[in-house]
Parts: sequence; structure tokens; C-alpha cells
Amino acid sequence: MERSTLNLWVGIFVLLGFFAFLVLAFKVGNLSAGGSGQTYTLVANFDNIGQLKERAPVRSAGVLVGRVKSVRFDPIHYTAEVRMAIDTQFKFPKDTSASVLTSGILGEQYIGLEAGGDDQMLKDGDQIKLVQGAVVLERLIGQFLFNKAQDSSTAKGAQK
Amino acid sequence: MPDLGSRHLSVVSVTNLVEITELNFGYGSRLVLKGINLTVRKGSLVAIMGLSGCGKTTLLRLIGGQLQAHEGSVMVAGQYLNNMSQSDLYALRRRLGMMFQFGALFTDLSVYDNVAFQMHEHTSLSESVIRDLTLMKLNAVGLRGVQSLMPSELSGGMARRVALARATALDPELILYDEPFAGLDPISLGVIGQLIRRLNDALGATSILVTHDVQESLKIVDYVYFVSEGVIVAQGTPEQIRASTLPFVHQFIWGEADGPMPFHYPAKTMANDLGLREA
Amino acid sequence: MVLESTLRNIRLVGDGTLKIVERIGATVVFLGLTLTQSATSFRRFDLVIREIFYAGVQSLIIILVSGLFVGMVLGLQGHETLQNYGSEQSVGVLVALSLVRELGPVVAALLFASRAGSAITAEIGLMKATEQLSAMEMMAINPMARVVAPRFWGGVISMPLLAMLFSAMGIIGGFLVAVVLIGVDDGAFWSQMQAAVDFRHDIANGIIKSLVFGIAVSAIATFEGYEASPTAEGVSGATTRTVVSSSLAILALDLVLTAFMLKGWS
Repeated sequence: MERSTLNLWVGIFVLLGFFAFLVLAFKVGNLSAGGSGQTYTLVANFDNIGQLKERAPVRSAGVLVGRVKSVRFDPIHYTAEVRMAIDTQFKFPKDTSASVLTSGILGEQYIGLEAGGDDQMLKDGDQIKLVQGAVVLERLIGQFLFNKAQDSSTAKGAQK
Repeated sequence: MPDLGSRHLSVVSVTNLVEITELNFGYGSRLVLKGINLTVRKGSLVAIMGLSGCGKTTLLRLIGGQLQAHEGSVMVAGQYLNNMSQSDLYALRRRLGMMFQFGALFTDLSVYDNVAFQMHEHTSLSESVIRDLTLMKLNAVGLRGVQSLMPSELSGGMARRVALARATALDPELILYDEPFAGLDPISLGVIGQLIRRLNDALGATSILVTHDVQESLKIVDYVYFVSEGVIVAQGTPEQIRASTLPFVHQFIWGEADGPMPFHYPAKTMANDLGLREA
Repeated sequence: MVLESTLRNIRLVGDGTLKIVERIGATVVFLGLTLTQSATSFRRFDLVIREIFYAGVQSLIIILVSGLFVGMVLGLQGHETLQNYGSEQSVGVLVALSLVRELGPVVAALLFASRAGSAITAEIGLMKATEQLSAMEMMAINPMARVVAPRFWGGVISMPLLAMLFSAMGIIGGFLVAVVLIGVDDGAFWSQMQAAVDFRHDIANGIIKSLVFGIAVSAIATFEGYEASPTAEGVSGATTRTVVSSSLAILALDLVLTAFMLKGWS
């Protein structure tokens, strides 16, 4: 085969492959939604994180702003230390609160950030002080039943 | 015979392009070549003849440095091949040309690219110079017209001629031929034989020919070595060989079915195998 | 008697295992040798381009068509199953993740091994059988540099491109079936896919996988060709071995890589 024809075909092949890469990266994957790709780290300690996993989303007002980088047990405070990679284009005030939330009833768990009003912003490696751990369903149901029982007993007491 | 220890003998041995001294070689424990002594004078055309499987192709591979001698020495162009480094061997091989049994043309390259291959790989000549040289080489074997064909489109004789053009592409000092006549019709055979002789003389090269085709080779060569079962059993000029009274040479040249080379492979007697008599 | 035959069988197992290990070791050594002889391939890249043509471009049709079909089947099956849970809109996620993470690299590599790998083995084996490699050596040209290395790099470069094309084509196939044919919502199909597929963890890891498979298949194919016994049976046997060993290597490497990618370095 002529060298020029050969080069043409290989050129087409490489371009096709590159095009496939772009399709995968931007249409299928989240590279376009990934923002600048540069992140800074925030740390938060929760008493309970439920089913939260690495790479779980971090949202603020429902919008994805970062991902959970690592989850580690802190043996000094007996809490779960969660490190989050937050996109550098999003800055949060010092008094921002973090909570472990669930999307839907049985959906995946994520971290919700709620901005406060401080004028100082959180920097790389800073700790979020205001935290709210995961709601454990068993505990919730237990509490509910306990309350119900208490209600009915006080109601009975009142009747007497 | 050169002394193994002194390498400055190479000046003396310029007249002998190839010198093989007391060479032993074997595959595994089986010795294929035993005590071979062989010299090839510069400018001559030498044939190594013998039956199929007698070790003559092995001998050629030893001269080309594709195999290493176990004992004894092989000297080509004043350099000993024993324990030669790969780069030295490659440097030496640039002065060598070899034609393989069935041509061994590169099947993915055209005839032109086959002949130009070494020029493209080893020289920095411009394409127009390479083109001229390649066409000259092809012209020498009468095949300038097939330059754009692929090797698969050539007949056996033509492929062999292209291989000849390729082997002589860089004007080598020593040309090795492995069975150049195998499987050719009588006309192609004559053509190849004449070309081998002509190219050798025109290039001022030295040639070694491994073959079992007696009649054709005796017409063109200067000297003949006969190899049988790993030993050189006879040598001489074609006239001496033709006149030889050695039974083996006689049988070989005249193609007799039985002689020192027995027709029967060694076996128990026929009567034994047929069970006519107790072993 | 029983003891003896048991011993013989155990010995056979040992013998076979040793042979396999020896073969793997020889392939790795050959790969190292190829790498040390790769300078020519990059100095004269036209040699590699030629091999990209034979390995990559000529595998294009089978890769594209297979990718489309695999994607369509995934779309159909995924929709069928997800329907039971009322989440048929996630079919995009299912199709994309299975393709990008696993099926793309693995199936493309398997097809590549049988289409291009066997061709490389047969070509090098035939060059050996017809003494072309010896001829090259006698011309003071190292066949490792001139014949093996360009084919190796052609395969290594082609493989990731083919795998990505396979995945992209499969996603298009899944889209055709789920959205165009069945009528899953277009927006949900893509947006759920984008939310679930991570560039680094899914797509980049998939490409790394295909690169590793490319190296494995190309090394095996060139090794088997170069080491083939120079006869017709030798070459055909080597071609078969290329397909079998490559397929096994791909699947075994996939397991190791997947385990690492899920747990290990990322």
C-alpha cells in the first residue's frame, strides 16, 4: 500500500480514537461538570457517618461542589474524620455547617454544606466545627416508638 | 594454519578471506562437524558439497556468525568470530552478502524495496542515488522490469535472481550462497550459475557456495570441498574432483544409487524383520 | 499401582505448571528485550505507523460493529431488569459504567488479540520460517529492532484507541435502544450517566486497563511469532497459542487491575 494512503488511514484512526476520548470524557463522564479540577481540602468530624463512602458527593444547596476524599476513624475523639475535596472556585465562610444527608429515603448518602455568615473564609485543611451526623434509621424508629409509648402512658395517667 | 593466539596474522591472511581451523560443532551432544579445516582464497568461488543433512548449511552459518564454534576457530576477513561481540559481528556482516535457500525475500516489501533495503537501513544516501544503485543491481540480474512487483508475484527463478541482487546490493567482499540451485528448472539453474560466477568476478568478491547440485557447480567453481557426515572427505579443483577415484566422490558425482553411501538405512537383515529366522 | 499413577498425575501437574511459568517468564524477558530495541521504532516512526495500520485500522470495523451490538444488548437487558425497580432511566448509567470500566477494554482486547494478535504472530512466524529473519540478521539488521519492536508499539498504541472507540460505540448503541427505540427520557439518560461516571475513576482507569492489555497482547503475539518453530505447523500452533494465552492474560490482568483500582492506588 502507498505510504500516503497508509498515513491517511492511520490519521483517520487516531482522530476517531481521540474523538471517542472526547465523547467519553465530556458526554459520558463528568469532566465538563468537574469545574477547574483543582480542589482544596476541608475536614469535618462526625459522631456517625452512616453509609457515607469515599467519593460520595458534597453538595451545597443541592449543587455538587466536591467529593469525599477519605473517611477515617479518629481514635482520639472516637469520631469519623471525613476529608472533602472542594472545588477551588467555591469558597465557604468559617461558620459553615456540614451534615450527612440522604438523597431520597433509600438513596445514596452525601454531605450537605450550609454556608454561614462569617466574613472569614475556610482555607485548605481547615476544620468545619458545626457538624450533624447521619440519622440512623433504627435509632429514629426506636425514639419514635419510645415517644409513642411515653405519650400513651402519660395520656393514660391523665385519664386516671 | 594460523596460530590461535596471535591476531596480527590477519595481515598475512589477507589472501585467505576465510580460514577455518580444526572446527568442531554440534547440536547438543551430537557432533555435526568434526575437525574441519577449510580455506577460501580471496577472489575465488568455492563450493561446499555434500548430501542433505551432512552439515554443510551449518558450516555456512558458522562462517556467517549465526552459530558459534565449540572448538577450533573461524576467521573471516582477518577477524576471529569466536566470542565476537554483537556490534563487531554486525560490523563484519555489513561486508558480507548472503543468499538464502529460497531467496528469503521480505514478503511485505516490493522487489525494489527488497534490493534497496540495506541501502535504506545502513546508508544515508539520497533516494535518487539509492534508486540508481538499485536499478543497476536489478539490471545486473536482468530484472529491472519487475521492480514494482511483490515477491509473491515472482517465479522461483526470478525470486532467486532478486535475492542475488539483494545479496550483492552493498558490494560485499564475501558472498555466501545457501543451496542457490534448489528447486529450479534447468534454464533458471544455468542462469543463476552464470550470474554467481559473473557477479563474483565483476565485484572482485569471494563466494562460498553450499550445494548438492554437482554438475552445475562444477561448471562455475574454482575449488570444491566434499563434506560427508561432518568430515571433509575430499577437496580439489573441479578437474581433480571429476577425475577422483574416491568411491564416495564418484558415487556423488555420477549419482549412483548404491556405493559407500548405502541405499539401505542400517537395519537388521530383511529375513529377521520378516520373522523368517530367529533373531 | 494406584500410588504410582497418582504420583505420575501429580508430576504432570507440576510439569505443566512449570512450563506455564517458564513461558510467562520467557515472554516477560522478550518484552524487556523488545523495549531495549525500541529506539529504531521511534527514530523511524513510519515503521510504527505502518503497523498501526495493520493492527489498528484493520481491526476498526470489527471493533465498531461489536461495540454497537454489545451496547444495544446492554441497553435491552439493562432496561428489562431496571424496569422492575422503576428506575429504567438509570439504563444509561448501567450501559456506560459496564462499557467504560470493563467491557470496553476487555472485549476490545479479546477481539484485538484474535484479529491483530494472531496476524502479528503469523506474520513474524512466517518471516522466520522463510528465513527472512535470518536474512535480516545477516544484513547486520537486528530483527528485534526492525520487525518486532514496530509491531509491538503499533499494537500498544492501537489498543487504547480501539477500546475507547468500542466504549463510545457501545454507548451510542445503548442510547439507540433505550432512548430511540424504547423511549427512555433523553435528558435523564445522559444526565444520570454524567453524574455517575467519573472521569478519573472510570474512564481513565478503563484507558489504563486497555493500555496494559495492549502491552500484554502485543508482547505475547510478537513472542509467539518470534519463537515459533519454523514450519507450517509451528506457525499455526503459535497463532492458536497467541489467541489462547492473550485471552487468559487479558482476563487475569483484568481481575488484578480491577482489584487494585477499586481498593488500591486510587
